[in-house]
Amino acid sequence: MLRLIDAGALATIQDHGRYGFQGYGIPVSGAMDIFSFSAANAVVRNRLDAAAIEMHSPMLLETDASAIVALTGPQASFAINGRAVPQWMSIFVRAGSQIEIIPARAGGWHYLGIHGGIDAPPVLGSRSTYLRGQFGGWLGRALESGDEIPIGPQANSDYSLLAGKTVSARARTFMNSSGVSNQRMTMRVISGPHKEWFTPEVSESIEREEYLVTGSADRMGYRMQGAGLIRRLAGELVSCGVPLGAIQVPADGQPIVPMADHQTTGGYPIIATLIAADIPRFAQCVEGDAIRFRLVDLEDAGRAWREMWGLLQDQD
Amino acid sequence: MSVIVPPISKFPRLLPAGDSGILIEWADKISDAANDQVHSFAQALRDHNSAAITDLIPAYSSLLVCFESRQVSRDKILTLINDLLRMTLQTGTPASRLVEIPTSYGGAYGPDLEFISSHNGLSERQVIELHMSVTYRVYMLGFIPGFAYLGSVPEQIAVPRLDTPRTRVPSGSIGIAGRQTGIYPLESPGGWRLIGHTDIQLFDPAQDPPTLLRPGDRVRFVES
Repeated sequence: MLRLIDAGALATIQDHGRYGFQGYGIPVSGAMDIFSFSAANAVVRNRLDAAAIEMHSPMLLETDASAIVALTGPQASFAINGRAVPQWMSIFVRAGSQIEIIPARAGGWHYLGIHGGIDAPPVLGSRSTYLRGQFGGWLGRALESGDEIPIGPQANSDYSLLAGKTVSARARTFMNSSGVSNQRMTMRVISGPHKEWFTPEVSESIEREEYLVTGSADRMGYRMQGAGLIRRLAGELVSCGVPLGAIQVPADGQPIVPMADHQTTGGYPIIATLIAADIPRFAQCVEGDAIRFRLVDLEDAGRAWREMWGLLQDQD
Repeated sequence: MSVIVPPISKFPRLLPAGDSGILIEWADKISDAANDQVHSFAQALRDHNSAAITDLIPAYSSLLVCFESRQVSRDKILTLINDLLRMTLQTGTPASRLVEIPTSYGGAYGPDLEFISSHNGLSERQVIELHMSVTYRVYMLGFIPGFAYLGSVPEQIAVPRLDTPRTRVPSGSIGIAGRQTGIYPLESPGGWRLIGHTDIQLFDPAQDPPTLLRPGDRVRFVES
């Protein structure tokens, strides 16, 4: 069991998400950065979609029993009983140990994986938390200090075999984050689906302009700021299903990108959509980061997605 | 009761929605005929039961098909969609249910009833009677779990959304926006004009299905 001494703000239990219910208006939720999340499970030798803790601010916890844990995500100070340990590696912790995580930079999403997974009751097939709906994860809410979170049955209790595992060097650099403020990143996108709402010039202009991530960036979506995207058509788009990572264009021309807890349907035209393989890096962008979009084709996108998951197969 | 929907006369557009989605668009406006096609085709896809299709998001006149591109190529999904579209769709569509919503109009839960009546030159009683006079179609669910978009209210009580949405609309609130009416299954921010309230539970994640209302249902409001 993990006892939260200081839960921080907005830590939740997540897994890969709740699929099959978007037609009822129920979002997928799940980890914001599916790559770092899955890597945490990979190094502690869980199924990649086992439930883990997603945190957004410093956290202090205690484990009542021996455990194998790992921290992934952007740079953070990670300490067991005050002693610094590496990230992206499985760490053996003795019973009664304190685990402390302090992100180096605000705004990122960090994942604490534990061998056995977090044993929250599944709701509609998933352990992901949907905060607005107040269900899933741990009691349908953010974690609070004093919470005692059960761990699932462990496939392997020989911790000497489980400690010290890591991902490949290539996997470590997949996120390619320099950890400094105000980074410039390129995100690959597929054009459309609402191309006819924009002139070809405007559609192509998204490759030349830089968009800043604003302070309004949370599990529902990220608001961007930059050269306004002018629509060609007047009126409102009839509400339609919204894919994760869509670049929605409201009337003011400032893009909004729906993220894990996003509403399933919406009426803003979508000029382009992030490829699935770039959503982890996009999710880790914070206020002030500058994004440039690059149009790619579906073959490139498919290859990138397969390569991303392939990186998690290479294990020590 | 099975419903035979003849092959569509106009083939819908198929648009890429990122690399993990295909948006099938039957029309670019709200139409009952397009909405019938959306829900019939969604059922046909569900009946086909492809493991690679991870989710379906039906809307007014379109259907977003979400798939896992490692499990199946986009080309195979497109072939499946095109093949199903070409066939006569005979689906086991459940007979359309009629759901009655017991409603308390006005008062604390209907803060915009006065605005709707004065905006449209009607008494509050007339607004209520008109709201209750229609059997609404559930076009789609979206926005929040269990939120059903119901149409259409009589023209005489249509009203625009609030300029600034409320940060908290109580659960069970009933509102109007344009020609649509709807019920908030959970407390949430909201911009619809509120006319009343129901105690009926519209969403329960422990139930299967988790929502009271489903697309294709018919809904009436009954003053209680």
